[in-house]
Amino acid sequence: MRELKTDILVIGGGPAGLSAAAAAARAGAEVTIAESDLHLGGQLVKQSHKFFGSKEEYAGIRGFEIAKILKDEIAQYGSRVSTMLNTTVSGYYGDEGVVTAMTGEEEYLRIAPKRIVITSGAQERLIPFPNNDIPGVYGAGAVQTLMNVYGVVPGKRVLMIGAGNIGLIVSYQLMQAGVEVVAILEAMPKIGGYWVHAAKVRRLGVPILLRHSIKRALGGDLVTGAEILELDDNFSQVGETETVECDTICLAVGLTPTNELLWQVGCKMKYVPFLCGHVPFRDKEMRTSNEKIWMAGDVSGIEEASAAMIEGRLAGLGAAKSLGLNIEPGGFEKYWSRLNSLRAGEVGEKIRVGVSAVVVDGWADVQ
Amino acid sequence: MDLINSHPVLEFSHGERVSFSFDGRSMDGFEGAPIAMALHANGLRIYRRTPKMRRARGFFCAIGKCSSCFMVVDGVPNVRTCVTPLKRGMNVETQEGHGSIKLTPDEAV
Repeated sequence: MRELKTDILVIGGGPAGLSAAAAAARAGAEVTIAESDLHLGGQLVKQSHKFFGSKEEYAGIRGFEIAKILKDEIAQYGSRVSTMLNTTVSGYYGDEGVVTAMTGEEEYLRIAPKRIVITSGAQERLIPFPNNDIPGVYGAGAVQTLMNVYGVVPGKRVLMIGAGNIGLIVSYQLMQAGVEVVAILEAMPKIGGYWVHAAKVRRLGVPILLRHSIKRALGGDLVTGAEILELDDNFSQVGETETVECDTICLAVGLTPTNELLWQVGCKMKYVPFLCGHVPFRDKEMRTSNEKIWMAGDVSGIEEASAAMIEGRLAGLGAAKSLGLNIEPGGFEKYWSRLNSLRAGEVGEKIRVGVSAVVVDGWADVQ
Repeated sequence: MDLINSHPVLEFSHGERVSFSFDGRSMDGFEGAPIAMALHANGLRIYRRTPKMRRARGFFCAIGKCSSCFMVVDGVPNVRTCVTPLKRGMNVETQEGHGSIKLTPDEAV
C-alpha cells in the first residue's frame, strides 16, 4: 500500500476543487488533488455552452474552456500541486489522520494530509418508474460524458425527462451532436431552467410538454419507447396514456450532494431542500464542524459552477490560513462579495435562504 | 464505431485506436477512454445481468458511482467500466450475477 503526505488534500478536481487548490497553492501550501475521473475539470469539461454570471467567473466562456483556464492556473504552481487521477477516496480515519483511497480497481493508498478540502460535487437523482433500470435509461450527465467528452453518439431518438437547465442544455447539445430529441417532459406547470435555454430548443422544434411525466419505459432488454402521461395540479393522471418511440430516455431530474464522506467523518449536517439534500454546516471560511475539513461546490448545496469556483477559493484560503500561511489580504471579503453578487436577485433567492440555514458564526450552538 | 463526426463547437481528440475482446469478439476502441464508451460506440448496450432477476444492465451514471456498468475485465469481476481506461488487448466480458473471483493456484486452498 502506497503512503503519502501532503499539506492539503483536495478531494475532487472539479471547478470547486481546482479553485481551492489554486488558492491554497498561491498561499504556499503543498496540495494534492484526488480525482475519481480520468481527467480534471469535473462537469465543466462536458459543458459546450457559454456561461452566464459575472465576468470574474468567466461569463461568456464555454465550460470546457473554463476547465482549461483552471488547469493552466494550477500548472503555474508546478510540483506544489500534484494530481492523482482515477483515484477515489473511500474514508477518513480521524484518530490516525489518515485518508484511504484507491487508484483504479487494484491500488490502495494511505494519505496523511494536514488539512482536507472536500469538493466531491453531486450525483444525479433517479425517479421511480417501471423499467427505469434497463439500458437506454441514462442520466443526463452520463449522456453528456458520452457525447461531449468522448464523441460517442448516445442514441438516435431521445426522450428528455426534466426541463430544468440541465434538461434544456443537454437537449440542445444532443441536437448539436445530430441526435433527435422527441420531446422534453416536465412534471411542473412551468419550465425550471433559464428562458434563453428553453427558447433555443423550442426554436429547433422540440416540444416542451409541461405537466407531463413518464409512466414507464417500454422494452425488454433495451428501451424501445416510453409511456407518458399528463398530470393535474395534484400530480394525478389526466386523460389517456400516450406512447412515444425512442431508444434513449435521459433523466435530468436534479442533483443531490455527494456527501457520503462528510457523513462518514461525522460533520454536522442539515437537510436543506433549497440546497437539494443534506449539506454540512459551514463557517464563513467554508470550514465544516471538523476543524481539519473544509468543503466547497455542489457538496455544500447544488448551485452553479460559478458559485462552486468562488466557494473553492474561500475553502482553499481557509485551509491555507489554518496552516499559518500568508493568504491574499482581503481575500475572504473579496470572494464573499463576488458570491453575494452571483446570488443576488430573484434567481438566487432559494440559494440565499438555503445557505443562511447552514452558515454559522461559531460552533457552540450547532446540534 | 458510432462517433460524432462533425460538431459545431467541439473537436474530439481520440486516443490510439486499439483492438480488444468483448465476449470473445474482437472490436476496436480508443486507448485511454473508458471501456464503457468503446462498447457504446460499438453499439453494445448490455454490460451485465442482475443476480436474481437476470435483468439487463448497462451504462447509466458514467461517474463510477451507480454500479450499473460492472463487467468482468481481464478476469476481474465488478470493474466499473465507465471509469476504467481501455487498453490494447483487454478481455472484456458480460458479467453474470455477482461474478466470481478466480484465485491463482498459489492462493487456492
